[in-house]
Amino acid sequence: MNDQMVIAEDDAVEEFRRENQTKEIWRRFKKSKGSLVGLFLLVIILLLVIFANFITSYDLAIKQDPSKILEAPSMEHPFGCDNYGRDVLARTIHGGRISLGIAVLATLCSCVVGSLLGAVAGYFGGVIDSVIMRTLDIFMSVPDILFTMAIVVAFGSSFTVLLLALTVAFFTNYVRLVRSQVLNLSEQDYIEASRAGGAGNARIIFSHILPNSIGVIIVNVTLNVAKIIIYESTLSFLGLGMPPPQPDWGLMLSEAREFMRKAPFLMFFPGTAIVLCAVAVNFIGDGLRDALDPHLKS
Amino acid sequence: MYIYIVKRLLFLIPTILGIILIIFAVMNVTPGDPGRAILGVSARQDEVDALNHQLGYDLPFLQKYVNYIKNIVTKGDFGISYFTKQSVFDEIWPRFVLTIKLALCGILLSTLIGVPMGIYAAVKQYSLYDTIPSLIAFFIASIPGFVLGMVLLYVFSLKLNILPSYGAKTIRHLIMPVFAISISAAAQNMRFTKSSMLESVRQDYVRTARAKGLPESTVIWKHALKNALLPVVTQIGLNLGLLICGAVVIEKLFSLPGIGGLIVDRISFKDEPVIIAGTILIAVCFTIVMLIVDLVYAYIDPRIRAKYSRTSTK
Amino acid sequence: MGQIANDVILDIKDLTVIYKTDLETVRAVNNISLSIGRGKTLGLVGETGAGKTTTALSIMRLLPTTTGRILNGTIYFDGQNLLDFNDHSMQSTRGRLISMVFQDPMTSLNPVYTVADQIGETIKHHNTALSKGEVSAKVDETLSMVGILPSRKNEYPHQFSGGMKQRVVIAMALCCEPALLIADEPTTALDVTIQAQVLAMMRDLRNRLGTSMLMITHDLGIVAQTCDDVAVMYAGEIIESGSVEDIFTGERHHPYTIGLFNSIPNLETSVKRLKPIPGLMPDPTKLSNGCFFAPRCESCLDICRESSPPVTSGGFHRIKCHLCGYDGR
Repeated sequence: MNDQMVIAEDDAVEEFRRENQTKEIWRRFKKSKGSLVGLFLLVIILLLVIFANFITSYDLAIKQDPSKILEAPSMEHPFGCDNYGRDVLARTIHGGRISLGIAVLATLCSCVVGSLLGAVAGYFGGVIDSVIMRTLDIFMSVPDILFTMAIVVAFGSSFTVLLLALTVAFFTNYVRLVRSQVLNLSEQDYIEASRAGGAGNARIIFSHILPNSIGVIIVNVTLNVAKIIIYESTLSFLGLGMPPPQPDWGLMLSEAREFMRKAPFLMFFPGTAIVLCAVAVNFIGDGLRDALDPHLKS
Repeated sequence: MYIYIVKRLLFLIPTILGIILIIFAVMNVTPGDPGRAILGVSARQDEVDALNHQLGYDLPFLQKYVNYIKNIVTKGDFGISYFTKQSVFDEIWPRFVLTIKLALCGILLSTLIGVPMGIYAAVKQYSLYDTIPSLIAFFIASIPGFVLGMVLLYVFSLKLNILPSYGAKTIRHLIMPVFAISISAAAQNMRFTKSSMLESVRQDYVRTARAKGLPESTVIWKHALKNALLPVVTQIGLNLGLLICGAVVIEKLFSLPGIGGLIVDRISFKDEPVIIAGTILIAVCFTIVMLIVDLVYAYIDPRIRAKYSRTSTK
Repeated sequence: MGQIANDVILDIKDLTVIYKTDLETVRAVNNISLSIGRGKTLGLVGETGAGKTTTALSIMRLLPTTTGRILNGTIYFDGQNLLDFNDHSMQSTRGRLISMVFQDPMTSLNPVYTVADQIGETIKHHNTALSKGEVSAKVDETLSMVGILPSRKNEYPHQFSGGMKQRVVIAMALCCEPALLIADEPTTALDVTIQAQVLAMMRDLRNRLGTSMLMITHDLGIVAQTCDDVAVMYAGEIIESGSVEDIFTGERHHPYTIGLFNSIPNLETSVKRLKPIPGLMPDPTKLSNGCFFAPRCESCLDICRESSPPVTSGGFHRIKCHLCGYDGR
């Protein structure tokens, strides 16, 4: 038997193991009914949001109709009309585009920025680590919302600014998480071994450390999506989110608050939408955590 | 131990210097100025410039930074609001007290509800005492505080008319706001306590305790609980940040004069003295709570206690 | 052989234990029988995963409640079947009549209570009449018995070294002078020099207190030093048992026992190389109908793959094998 064959065999075993692992994760994920319900809910919500234009036109969400102000739900307007006579169904569905779009983008941005900083801090250590971590300490000793508000108020509200603000508020989690992962993993023997084998820093980070911490990151990303959905709606509710007349769930709730007595249905629909999304994502996140990290559950 | 506390408090100084620097920097790079904000769009540019000069806003960024710190250190003076011309401290203090009152009540309530329920759910794992409260907590953790607040407002003020919907005059005024900010923290506490407890129950020393013949109640309440509480204590401390965030929104919803709302309002006027002083107060409060958390931690865990006294004798 | 029932402190008959999860069923202990004479020490030997710890936990009735289940068998302790005990009588048995020392001293002590607290708790629980001062005196006495200065009793576990921790654990197990001590690999986690100290101390205490002992180990050296009788476990079965002489110097052996002896170095005979047993222990979720050792056995017969071998005995010595048993083949 020559070496070539041994290596080929190892690769096949490795591939088999990976495939098995994916299957195993899916099997464990499937086991909890909650995560399946969450996945189902999320798929429906995503379909509604992605194909929003086929369901109802964006014009309906913006067009004001003075004759229909605060009209209760009916056949024509299943969710009723708001204080400007705009169709609430159209606003809710199109609002999802903005709310969820920002949430997903902000999660990705904060994850990338935070993970990179964390990986750098953990891997290089020393002065770089101290600088990053002490700055982070300052960030963390002020509640996120103050920074976020400062950014939004200072630059004026728009999609990009909101994205920036949410990224700033959420990247700190990932710095700490990835840094501790890197510190843990760096002590593992196989990292030592690959360093001894002459692998460079970048190679070690990208081919050993990141793949091994990806599970924890994925779980955190999912759980953070829910937090960001909630946080974004909170900002919009405070008037720091998307500028009107854009439909956005938090903004809709903020407007509905004025008419709580006359038209309580106005707060029902966007409120339910936010909660459903957060529940769905949280269910999936919980399922993923149990599936990827079996020792956390007995 | 005392040296450790002093060290932690000393670390507040660079933190606060950093915060002030960041806020000045953000204010400096973002468009707009207090003169324009106060006088309005129709005012002439020279009037605006004159007002900015009078307020000291047009000084170079670093000079403002140094002056500000010098005033605090030498005179204990947090400055005068650009906007209301009042002493910043007098303006902020009562609002700060209200926000802290809300947040501390929130911590208390969320701990009292969440932690015992989490322990109970872990002890009775897979029974109805576990599954139903866990499911409820799961849903509550997915509801934004302000949505919950709106529902409370709708039910208790509009429909049942038993609680006032705005203001902060009496305890009754604070019932709904405190509930609205603490319920989701309580749900999180419960979930966290439960998983920490389940982790602790699996440890070897719990098995040792059983092997000694101790009754199950002693095993759980003495041996498993004390260890399980360690991470929970940290979580409760971190809740403060969450609750202050929640307080900003809830204060707006229930029209309470808190510090969050004040800072939000003044950001648009670039009222630097108020924004900075407010942020510093919150940061100091946050740091003190985290310090208390660490001390409680040391009280519970002899290993941490040993570490602190070691570092302080060095 | 020849022991009267009264001389037996622990008598296990046909014990079968499984771990059942929604995925698979692990057959951890399969129909084992063993007994320990009063004042005697039985060594339970076998590889990791052979079911030794499960046997011990079954005696303590401390199997994980969600998965572990005793399917069959009896465990008579001092004439009473432990499996018939309710929770309360089991609690008053544990720590007072039967104690257990676990493998890893690093994790078996609760980090947030002092040593005195953890030992005193056991004493107080089983002797409710004792006053605080008496409990404290007894703690001092127990600690000095295992060679720890009583002045250190108010320290926390993290202030002790591994060997000292195991001494504390042993003190905790012996503080109520139990009739039976189960020691689950008590020295595996310790350095070799500390191992010898702890073993010597345990031997000494056993002799002084007259405690019967179940010594679980994978180290035949420890068996030779401490035990009167030996039972060899493989894949949840006892494949050979007898007195130390039977196992160490007897003629007839189970092939697995021979393998075990061949895989340890011996000072008296010179061999070029150690001879490890090839292969691995079978997956306990997929056990065959035949002899569990058949796949690794050098002298495997056709019958070994088809039917489980019977237990045959020559005096006190028992072997479970088609080939090497006492039925003459």
